[in-house]
Amino acid sequence: MRKLLISNWAKVAVFLICLLPLAALVWRAIHNGLTANPIEFITHATGDWTLRFLCMTLAITPLRKIFRQPNLIRFRRMLGLFAFFYGCLHFTTYIWFDKFFDLAEMGKDVAKRPYITLGFTAFVLLIPLATTSTAGWIRRLGGRRWQLLHRLIYVSAVAGVIHYYWLVKSAVLRPLIYAVIVAVLLLWRFGDKLWPRSDTVLELPPKRQSQKLNPEP
Amino acid sequence: MLISKTPELTHANVTPKAVYLGRRKFLRNAGLAAATAFAGRGFWELATPSCRVFAGTKLDVAAKSPFSTTEKQNTYDDVTHYNNYYEFGVDKTEPSKNAQTLKAHPWTVSIEGEVKNPRKVTIDEILKLAPLEERIYRHRCVEAWSIVVPWIGYSFSALARMVEPTPQANYVAFESFFDRQQMPLAKYAGIDFPYVEGLRLDEAMNPLTLLCVGMYGETLPNQDGAPVRMVIPWKYGFKSAKSLVKIRFQKDQPPTTWNRIASNEYGFYANVNPKVDHPRWSQGRERRLGEFLKRDTMMFNGYSDQVASLYNGMDLKKYF
Repeated sequence: MRKLLISNWAKVAVFLICLLPLAALVWRAIHNGLTANPIEFITHATGDWTLRFLCMTLAITPLRKIFRQPNLIRFRRMLGLFAFFYGCLHFTTYIWFDKFFDLAEMGKDVAKRPYITLGFTAFVLLIPLATTSTAGWIRRLGGRRWQLLHRLIYVSAVAGVIHYYWLVKSAVLRPLIYAVIVAVLLLWRFGDKLWPRSDTVLELPPKRQSQKLNPEP
Repeated sequence: MLISKTPELTHANVTPKAVYLGRRKFLRNAGLAAATAFAGRGFWELATPSCRVFAGTKLDVAAKSPFSTTEKQNTYDDVTHYNNYYEFGVDKTEPSKNAQTLKAHPWTVSIEGEVKNPRKVTIDEILKLAPLEERIYRHRCVEAWSIVVPWIGYSFSALARMVEPTPQANYVAFESFFDRQQMPLAKYAGIDFPYVEGLRLDEAMNPLTLLCVGMYGETLPNQDGAPVRMVIPWKYGFKSAKSLVKIRFQKDQPPTTWNRIASNEYGFYANVNPKVDHPRWSQGRERRLGEFLKRDTMMFNGYSDQVASLYNGMDLKKYF
């Protein structure tokens, strides 16, 4: 298992798998499979995949601790960035096909419609996380501050789920499934903090050396 | 000379359209079904295709209606594969896959309540009650998409006149068919079924209000509300109840399904109105299926001339 996780090919494979939802959309577009309302279909599909990737990103830490597979951490950034990628596609479909780049209209929507407000919030919160996802930014911010900043993903995921819940007319089953998954993933962290396990694998602090190389202004 | 009389053809003689369109698949399935002998579901459907006989039967349309729009019609494929019929699944594409379990024939509709002649009518009687007209209507969903459909039917008032509403009848309540067995996905819809809707009597008697039995020259496909449904073109689509089993004339305003779920979002009237937004989204514009840009939504969906007078003096922001 460990061998598999640390192999370079694993990252390539996961990267390609993460592109499958997009490939499926392209396939459907070519084969006339986007239903009678393609824009709605694309909006829902990209929204769904944003939530799924957020859940997967949030699942990495519990999984690596429960199964003692510290190397799983290698995939967390990629999954998080794919959440942002599908979030961008989702937002782009909205601003392009729903608002036709009318920013004033969008502003009104964000201000007036709670589910848009939350969806927009969830998306905007991901922007600093994607920007600071590089090793350079981890060094510049310092591990603690970087980690604190990246807790924004909790807020983003919760906002994303409520955004979905407020959107549906009556069939709340699917948004509730996401709600349960996100709740479990967040509560696990809470429990992990309250009752730390003795066998928790220690994480390496960011290299001191590099911090010296990049002194803060 | 001996002239043999041609036997009269009825609906039961018509090859099911699904079978006709899939002749090769039919042959292949026939082989498969034979192989799986009496156990296979495929065989069962081949042996008892009654539920499919009805949908897709050609209808004799006596007249084109002056109420028809000349706008471009949506394709049959759009109208049959993009449906809100929560009893058969909440995704737009699910009813087209799942509604085949609906047995649309034989079918009976009970007409009751404040009428002189309450009665049960079969779908075959309904088809002959008045001359069938084709009416090409705009259809606007509360979710801000729209279609143009060549419906077939006649004014609901023809049915009402047959049963003669009493002076106590102020409203008409509609009830859709519901059966857990035929609609196993209904439990995920978050709705108390059966689906119920209603109109004020004067709305129901407006000539635009259509008792609909078909579209595109044929009987209704299951996912579009077979075998008989309402079509009220100046109201949001959810007012037009599908697969009717009960029509009740009554004194009081009947409860309606979406209004029961969220009364702040779905009113009893639910007239198409670009100036009254749904609390969660704008009703100012709509996406006509098949079009790239959104278009402006029209007051009463463009039927103001025929229906605006029904609401004289009413605050449409309050009675949305």
